[in-house]
Order: sequence, then C-alpha cells, then structure tokens
Amino acid sequence: MVVELFPLGIWHYLIGGLIIGLGMGIAYLMSGIVAGASSLFTVLWSFVDKKFCNKDMLASRDWRIYLAIGTVLGGFVFMLFSGASSTQIEWWRLLLGGFIAGLGARMANGCTSGHGICGLSSLQLSSLISVVIFLVVALITANVLRMVGV
Amino acid sequence: MKALAALIGGLLFGIGLALSGMIVPEVILSFLYLEDLGLLFVLGGAVVVTLLFYQLVPRLRKKSLDGHEFGTKRVSIDKRLVFGSALFGVGWALSGVCPGPALAGLGAGNFAMGFVLVGMLAGAYVEKFFR
Repeated sequence: MVVELFPLGIWHYLIGGLIIGLGMGIAYLMSGIVAGASSLFTVLWSFVDKKFCNKDMLASRDWRIYLAIGTVLGGFVFMLFSGASSTQIEWWRLLLGGFIAGLGARMANGCTSGHGICGLSSLQLSSLISVVIFLVVALITANVLRMVGV
Repeated sequence: MKALAALIGGLLFGIGLALSGMIVPEVILSFLYLEDLGLLFVLGGAVVVTLLFYQLVPRLRKKSLDGHEFGTKRVSIDKRLVFGSALFGVGWALSGVCPGPALAGLGAGNFAMGFVLVGMLAGAYVEKFFR
C-alpha cells in the first residue's frame, strides 16, 4: 500500500504559504520590514521596563505591535468565512509549550517565521541551522510524547 | 507608513496561517507524527515568495516605498542559537502552536490560544535571565 503523505491534499497548504509570503514581501517592499512574530513578546515587556530591549528592538516596537494586530485581524477575517477555530489540546500543554517555545525563540532570536521564513529567505546559515534543529527536536519530542501517552 | 505596512503584512500573514491550517495545533501535530506532510508546502510556498521579494527588491530599488532602509535578518551562530532552537522545538511539539499562529488563532476565535500567548510572554520574560 502506498503511504498517503498528503491525506488532506496540498492546495490549501500551498495557497496559505503563498499568501504568508506575500504578506512578508509586501511589508518588506513597503517599509523594509523583516518581520518575525516572536519578537513581539520581548518588545511588549519594554512597556514595563525600557531596559528590556536594546535600542534597535525598542525602535521596532510600534510596527511589531501593528504586525501582531494585523495577524490577529487576519485570523478574524478567516473566521468570518470559515467559522471559529478550536483545539482539543489540553490547556497545560498550550501554556507550558508556549512558555518553552517563547523562551527558546527569544534565545535563538527567531521562530518559525523569523528563522523559517525571513531567515531562510535572507539566505542566512544561522537560520538554516535553527530550522533544522527545531524541526528535528520537534519531530522527536512529539513522537516520544505520543509513545509515552501524553 | 511603517504601521500600515506592518498591518497589511500582518493581515496577509494571519490569513495565510489560518488558511493553511497552521492555527490548528492538531494539524501541526499530524505533521510532526509524519501523518500529513502538507506543512512542507506552507513553508516552501512562503519561502519562495519571500525569497523573491528579499532578493529582487533591493536590486531594483535603494530604499523601500516609504524611504526606509531594507531590514536584514542576521543572527550569530552560537550556543544560544542552538540551545534556543532546540527549546523552541520542544515547546512547539508540546503545544502544536508557534508565535504567529497563536495570534492568528486567537483572532479566529480560538480563545485557548490565550494560554499559549501567556506562556510565550512569560517565556520571553524569563529569557532575560539567560543573557
């Protein structure tokens, strides 16, 4: 039997990816923005303590917040056509996973969008290294968790 | 115009993340279980388009449409990159959510994404002690 690699088809994946790229590209063309999502969480803390970010990061605070607002709105537009999104994943996994991913992304200076999209598109070796590491670690983690029944 | 560019870019980013299923943790997990490899098309499609912009636009113009320098993504290769990326992989596999989809998912009415966002905010705070 042939293994089904794409049981849900590929078109929504591909078109979604192309639209993501278009968003990244337009922000770059319009205003030079190289936009990853995870920096948002660091710049938000600068409202509490200015020393939280270096100067460059602080200068990007406003547009990073607009980027995040845009991203939330994008999800909202999708909901208007397709209905609300939901998940069955337990709350503690979301919270703990968010914490570990947030810490890791800020240590590595980027996440799936910062390294995965912007970094690879900037032909950065550091981003290729980051993507390979987090993909391999995530594959192992997910399958080990499933094996032990979490 | 920087705000408008970020807003439009973010809007398309969010729509693309939602349309491709990235905002559904179960889709991410089915990829990590190697049951549905569709996410490779999301990453591939996004990188091909972004790559075209990043590589072509600076050859055609000196500055962005609103007169800003083009940004660059430069991160040094060190222990922080390796260890941070590995941690990110663990967290991503645990929740099935990365930062962009946490935002887009919340916008799409999945309020459970609030747990992820609170976790990520806390993680970004704790990162301060590892500098």
